[in-house]
Amino acid sequence: MSVIPLPSGRNVPPAASSGGRGASALPWLAVPALAFFVGFGVIPLIGVLLLSFTSWDGLGDISVTGFDSWRAVLADPGLPHALWVTFLVMALSWLVQTPASILIGVFLAGQQRYRAVLAVLYFIPLLLSSAAIAITYKALLDPNFGLGAGLEIDLLVQDWLGEPALAIGVVIFVVSWQFIPFHSLLYQGGVRQIPRSMFEAAELDGAGRVRKFFSITLPQLKYTIITSSTLMVVGSLTFFDLIYVLTAGGPGDATRVLAIDMYKRGFQANLMGPASAIACILVLVGLVLALLLRRLGGRDASASQLEGA
Amino acid sequence: METRATSRRTFLSLSMGVPLGAALAACGSSGPTKPGTAASTGGGGGGSSATYWYLSTQPQEGVRTRTMERFNKANPNGTIEGTTFQNDAFKTKIKTAIGAGQAPTLIWGWGGGTLRSYVQAGQVDDLTPFFEQNQQLKDRLFPSSFGAATIDGKIYAMPCETMQPIVLYYDKRAFEKIGAQPPQTWGDIMDLVPKFNAKGIAPFSLGGQSRWTNMMWLEFLFDRIAGPEVFQAVFDGEKDAWSHPAALDALTKMQELIKANGFIKGFSSITADSNADQALLYTGKAAMMLHGGWTYGSMKTDGGDFVPGGNLGYMNFPPIDGGKGDPGNTVGNPGQYMSISSKATPEQKEIAKKFFATELVSDESVKDWVGTGAVPIVKGADSAFASSPDAEFLNFVYGIAVNAKSFAQSWDQALSPTAAEVLLDNISKLFQLSISPQQFTSNMNAVIGK
Repeated sequence: MSVIPLPSGRNVPPAASSGGRGASALPWLAVPALAFFVGFGVIPLIGVLLLSFTSWDGLGDISVTGFDSWRAVLADPGLPHALWVTFLVMALSWLVQTPASILIGVFLAGQQRYRAVLAVLYFIPLLLSSAAIAITYKALLDPNFGLGAGLEIDLLVQDWLGEPALAIGVVIFVVSWQFIPFHSLLYQGGVRQIPRSMFEAAELDGAGRVRKFFSITLPQLKYTIITSSTLMVVGSLTFFDLIYVLTAGGPGDATRVLAIDMYKRGFQANLMGPASAIACILVLVGLVLALLLRRLGGRDASASQLEGA
Repeated sequence: METRATSRRTFLSLSMGVPLGAALAACGSSGPTKPGTAASTGGGGGGSSATYWYLSTQPQEGVRTRTMERFNKANPNGTIEGTTFQNDAFKTKIKTAIGAGQAPTLIWGWGGGTLRSYVQAGQVDDLTPFFEQNQQLKDRLFPSSFGAATIDGKIYAMPCETMQPIVLYYDKRAFEKIGAQPPQTWGDIMDLVPKFNAKGIAPFSLGGQSRWTNMMWLEFLFDRIAGPEVFQAVFDGEKDAWSHPAALDALTKMQELIKANGFIKGFSSITADSNADQALLYTGKAAMMLHGGWTYGSMKTDGGDFVPGGNLGYMNFPPIDGGKGDPGNTVGNPGQYMSISSKATPEQKEIAKKFFATELVSDESVKDWVGTGAVPIVKGADSAFASSPDAEFLNFVYGIAVNAKSFAQSWDQALSPTAAEVLLDNISKLFQLSISPQQFTSNMNAVIGK
């Protein structure tokens, strides 16, 4: 992560010594990233698209079956259900995470030392892997051996992962617990970019804390909100490990999001064709959502009162 | 400004590179460990040693490794090279490897529907001629173990290791508390439920999130009500086989028990993988548990004084009043299975067959398996029980296997992976009470023969 010093420009090739500012050097710099993207993103994607028009159990020969897999997937009542659960998780986790992240971000943007200490503590959930978090929560929420049973607090002794509505709630809670630190970090950065002069001017005009928050901080955070929301919304499409370990899509199919539906079809039921069709649907939904969110704010650049630093 | 521009770019390239690098690294090694000799992992390829992948769960891993090492010592010119995997990693890895033509010489598994999918893809060798040449070897094993190895009349796998019938475990302390006897009929079970609940003890422990745990109940209910023929019809792909009146009866009885709070509260969020369901039994929170024979060993290890103190009782699933099924029948794993990859070289296949014929079910390995508290699928294995501290349980399991007219394979293993997934899915919904028995049968009829 350290900044690479450029001690001698003479010993390195000209493209690097010019710091990449030269117009001719720029395309080359994109080559490694592009190679990775094509190799691990585009080519598998094409593969998946092709597979969705075939029938394959992962073992034998791949046979082309046209639209059979798509017809099977689209006619399956499991698909609208999985879509509904996916959007429910997406919407609810956005609703929980965004206000919390903004508030924590604004709080952490202050320069006081105790806030820096708290910032480090808030950051911890981000360092843990999803699987570890899921296993921990599963153990804590166990109705017979978990936290509630151990401390003998009746309120905590619920069938947390066994009742459909509770299970969804737990998933949202754990997802939020895991990702709020990350989004807080984004907002903290966003708030620190807002020039002091705006707050000072507002203070001279007699604006209080709340007024400053709603009239300066929030509008200035517009692009941060869009970035953070895009990450949340598109990210929530790919929730898999956490939910898989926590509930395995259950109870019944209460928390079976698209990604889990895809995995179960592909790797447990050996239906690679329909699983690929669901993968394509996932990609499509993700693209559409990302585009929509870009439209939402990215279009009229004049809306910002201030050039980003 | 110069440094700043660089730092941003460095950061960008790092942020792009790190996950991809990690992904690349993950592709390379999915963490198998190698006991025995170190050589290339490549399955199928040449070389004078056969490859063998197996599960790393102890104590079974130790027995498998020792069996292989004994063989290698006796056959230094044609050895077997083992690689171990964790259970779930193995299931995915072996499927992918076979699909890619990179299978190990020896393909370990549970037989049934998965084996059928290997056979249909032409990935495993027909072992019928091998068993014709080695009639003695075939006669040495329990006949019931060959069912799950036989696809369309031909034997594609060598049964091996241990038999694991599902048994009804109970906590003798709990029965003393309510002053009752273990259930002799299904009616007894329904009568016991309110008595245990009144004492604050859950009648049955169940790791419902694992789904196959629920399935064991249906397997017994179907069998006790109408015998093994009902599921056999499903297995044979008969149209609407799930609509058999006995199936509806069994499913209804199942939901009656669930509605009567027969299972521990929160059962649908308990997993069997973590052995939490066993813990409920040995900590006295639940009175009974229907589970595989393999849980005896882990309850003995984890349960403190529970098993050594003689508190664990076990019995075969009781009959159902008016049921036609033989109460001696059982379900579970009639054995584990080893096939030979059709992509292996002739030399590797020879080594594998030699392994099957000599060491795999040798007297030494039988003794070793008995030492783990399990019953090998070898006839007369009970002669090795006397010296074991678990002799009573071993004789009980052996007795079940000898006396069972039908030792049916677990449904999810018997069916194709596609049908098994739909089955497990519907079973979990049935136990959630979110579908009715009628919906269950119509959902399941739709995937018969798939």
